[in-house]
Amino acid sequence: MAASSLATLRSKIEADLRGRVASPFAYRDRNTFELVSTGIPEMDALVGGLPRGAMTEICGAACSGRTSLLLSALASRTADGEVCALVDARDSFDPLTGNAAGIALEKLLWVRCQNIDQALRAMDLLIQAGGFGMVAVDLSDVPTRTVRQVPLNAWFRFRRAVEDTPTILLMIEQESNAKTCASLVLRLEMGEARWAAASESSNFYPFAKLLRGFSVRSDLVRSRIQVPEQQVIDIRVRAQPKTVVQQSTGREMFATETIWRSR
Amino acid sequence: MGFACVYIADFLVQAVVRGQRALREGPLALLGGAPPLWSVVAANPAAFEAGIQLGMTKAQVAQFGNVQICMRSEVQEKAAHAALLDAAWSVSPRVEDAALDTIVLDLQGLASLFGSDENIARELAQRVAAIGLAARVAVAENIEVAIHAARGFTGITIIPPGEERQRLGALPVGVLTTEVETLEIVERWGVETLQALAALPVLQLSERLGQEGVRLSELARGVRQRSLVLAQASSRFAEEMELDDAVEELEPLSFLLGRLLDQLCARLEARALAVRAVRIRFELQPSFEKDFQTLKEDVRTKPSAKQYEKMLTLPVPMRNGKTLLKLLRLQLQSNPPAAPIQKIYMTADAAAPRVAQNGLFVPCGPDPEKLEVTIARLGKLVGEGNLGCAELVDSHRPESFRMKRFVVANEQNKRRGKCESKLKETSKSRATMTGFRVMRPAQAVRVEMREEQPARVYWRGMRGEVVAASGPWRSSGDWWQEDAWHQHEWDLAIAFPAAQKGNAQKRGEWPEQGLYRIYYDELRQEWFLRGMYD
Repeated sequence: MAASSLATLRSKIEADLRGRVASPFAYRDRNTFELVSTGIPEMDALVGGLPRGAMTEICGAACSGRTSLLLSALASRTADGEVCALVDARDSFDPLTGNAAGIALEKLLWVRCQNIDQALRAMDLLIQAGGFGMVAVDLSDVPTRTVRQVPLNAWFRFRRAVEDTPTILLMIEQESNAKTCASLVLRLEMGEARWAAASESSNFYPFAKLLRGFSVRSDLVRSRIQVPEQQVIDIRVRAQPKTVVQQSTGREMFATETIWRSR
Repeated sequence: MGFACVYIADFLVQAVVRGQRALREGPLALLGGAPPLWSVVAANPAAFEAGIQLGMTKAQVAQFGNVQICMRSEVQEKAAHAALLDAAWSVSPRVEDAALDTIVLDLQGLASLFGSDENIARELAQRVAAIGLAARVAVAENIEVAIHAARGFTGITIIPPGEERQRLGALPVGVLTTEVETLEIVERWGVETLQALAALPVLQLSERLGQEGVRLSELARGVRQRSLVLAQASSRFAEEMELDDAVEELEPLSFLLGRLLDQLCARLEARALAVRAVRIRFELQPSFEKDFQTLKEDVRTKPSAKQYEKMLTLPVPMRNGKTLLKLLRLQLQSNPPAAPIQKIYMTADAAAPRVAQNGLFVPCGPDPEKLEVTIARLGKLVGEGNLGCAELVDSHRPESFRMKRFVVANEQNKRRGKCESKLKETSKSRATMTGFRVMRPAQAVRVEMREEQPARVYWRGMRGEVVAASGPWRSSGDWWQEDAWHQHEWDLAIAFPAAQKGNAQKRGEWPEQGLYRIYYDELRQEWFLRGMYD
C-alpha cells in the first residue's frame, strides 16, 4: 500500500510540475559540465576549459593577466558563432584590443556600467534573457570591499539562474567572492615582462624598445568540474577529471603578446 | 461557389464595443449629431428591447437607468472597417469594399485551401470574430444575392445556385434599397417581401419606377449580375482611441496600449505581416493654468492640443503584442508624457515576418524578441548610449570607436561560416594577446623626466619608480579641426614601493610592479594615465 501511494504521490508531483521541471526525481550530477576552450592551450591543459552552466571566477591583482584571459575566452566563443555579453562594471574594455584579440565585436553585447549595482542588475537581466554563449562580468576595478558587500544569496541566485543553460558565467575580480557558488576559481599572477628592441635603431635612440608582453602564472584554486567521459582526452590529464573538489593542485604559465596594431 | 459577403450588423455599435469590450454586455445606445442636439443614432438589440428608439435625445435616454450611453466614434468605425478588410484579405486576395459594414469576397480557387463553402464561411466568421466583430456571412453564386442574404439572414447562409429567388423571397423589400420614396411607393402597393416584388411584371414596374424598378425586380429575383470592384490593400495599419476621461498614470495607459497593440497585431496576422516599427502619438490634455488665455473681452478660447510622439523601431519584425507592450512601457517610463492623455494614435510599419531557420550546427543565440526587451531594460538601467556593440572607426585617434545597436545577425552566421572557421583555426594557433584596460576618463598624473624618459610617476598620492620604459610613440591628427590631438605615449613598467600603497597592496589590489600606458598631451601640456596592461 505504501509503495503504491508513494508512486501515486510521485506521479501527481510530476504531473503538477510538467512543463516547468522535466524530471523532478531524476538524479542529476551537478558537477558534470560541458567544457569549452579558453583560447589558451595552457589554461585548457590546467582546467580542461570553461564550464557551461556554471560560474567561473578569475581572480588576481591589477596587471595579472585577467583581461588577457577574458579577451581570449570571448574571442574563442565569438569565433564559434556564439553571442556573448560583457558587463563592464567600470567601463574599461578597450574595443581596439578586443578586436585585435579576435573578438567578433558585432557578436559582443557590451554593457558599460558605472558601478557594481548596475553591473549586478545587468548580469541578472542577461542571464534571465538566456541564449548567450558567455556572460562575462568584469569587476576588476571595483574595490574589493565593495564586492564583498554583495550578499552570498545573490551569488547563489546567479548560480541557480545559469544552471542548466549553455551559458558560461565568467567573473573577473580581484579576489574570489562567490565562495562555493563558483564551480571553477583561478588565481592569476603577473610574471616577468618581456621587452625587446624594436630594431637596430635602438643604438640611435635608447628607448626605442617594445613591450612584447608578459608571462602569467595561474593557480587552480577550486574546481568542482567532473569532465564527462567522452571529453577526457590525453591533453587534459592535468584537470584530473574524477576529482570533485581540488584545492590549489594545478599551476600553469602562459605568455601574452602585446598588440601593436593600434600604433 | 462564387462569392461570399460579410456583413456586420449594428456596425456603429460593434465598432465602439470593439474598442471598449466592457460595453459588450448590457444595452448600449450611441449618440450622434452636433452638441447639444445629441440624439440616438444606433443601439444594440438589448437597448431596443429596453425601449430605446432611434432619434431619442440624450435626456430621454438618460431616463433608462440600465442603458449605457456612448458617443459615436468615426475613428473607431474607420479602424473597425480597416480591420474587417484585413480579415477578408487573409482569406481571399480579391475583395470588394461594398460598404462600411459590408465586404464581398471572390471565392474562386479557395476550395483547395479551405474546403467546402461552409468551411470558408465558418473560417471567415472566425477571422472576423478574432478582430472583435460579430459577422453574418452569406455565400452565393451572385454578388448581389450574397449581399442581400448576408443583410437579411443571421449567422452563416449558403444559397445554392438556382434557389436564389426562393431563398430571398422571405426578406423584406427594405434590404434592397434605402431610398425612402421608393420604399413608400412599394409599400403603398402592398408589396412587403422580395417574393411579392419579384412577382410583379417588369414592364409595368419600369413604367412606374423607371430603371430603378427594373433593378429592384432583378435584385428580387436574384438574377442581377455585376463584376467585383476590387479594393486595393493598404499598407498602413493604424488604430486610434479617444478617451472620455484623460489618463495620467502609466498602468491604466498600458491597458489601453495593450488593447490597441492586440488589435494591430491581429490585423497584421490576418495579412501575414509583422511589425517593424510602432509610432504612437498622444494628444495631451491642456492645463488651465498654462494654456488657457483670458482675452480682454473675457472670452476663453481652447488652445490647440499638445502632442507627444514616440517611435519604437524594432531590429527584427515581430508580432507579439505582449513584447511590444513591454518595449513601449519601457520607452514611456524613461520619457513619460508631461500631461494627461486624451487621445491615442498608433500606427505600425508592416514588414514581412522573420523567418527563423537555424541549422543543426549553428549555435543557438538569444531569442530576438526577448533580447530586445532585455536591451530595453538594460538601456533604462545604464543609459541608451552605454549599451550595444562597439564599432571601430578608421582613425588613429585613441579611443576611436562608436557604439551601435546590438542586433543578433542570424543570417550572417551562414554567410560568414567559412570566415569564422578560419578565424577559429588562427585563434587557436596564435599567441594570447596582452589585454589592455582603459581608464575612462584618462587620469591626470605627474611625471618626472630623467634623460628624456619618465623616471617617476605620481598618481593617486603614490610615487612609482619607472623600471622600464618604451616610447615615446608620437601620434597626432585632426589638426584642422577643433578637437585636434597630439600625444606622446609611453609604455612603462612602474614599481610602487610597498610602504606607499598601504592597505591596497596588503589586499592584493596593486602589484609591486605593473605595466601602464601613459601619454603626454602636447596641446594641454599635461600627462595622463591611459590604462594598464592586464
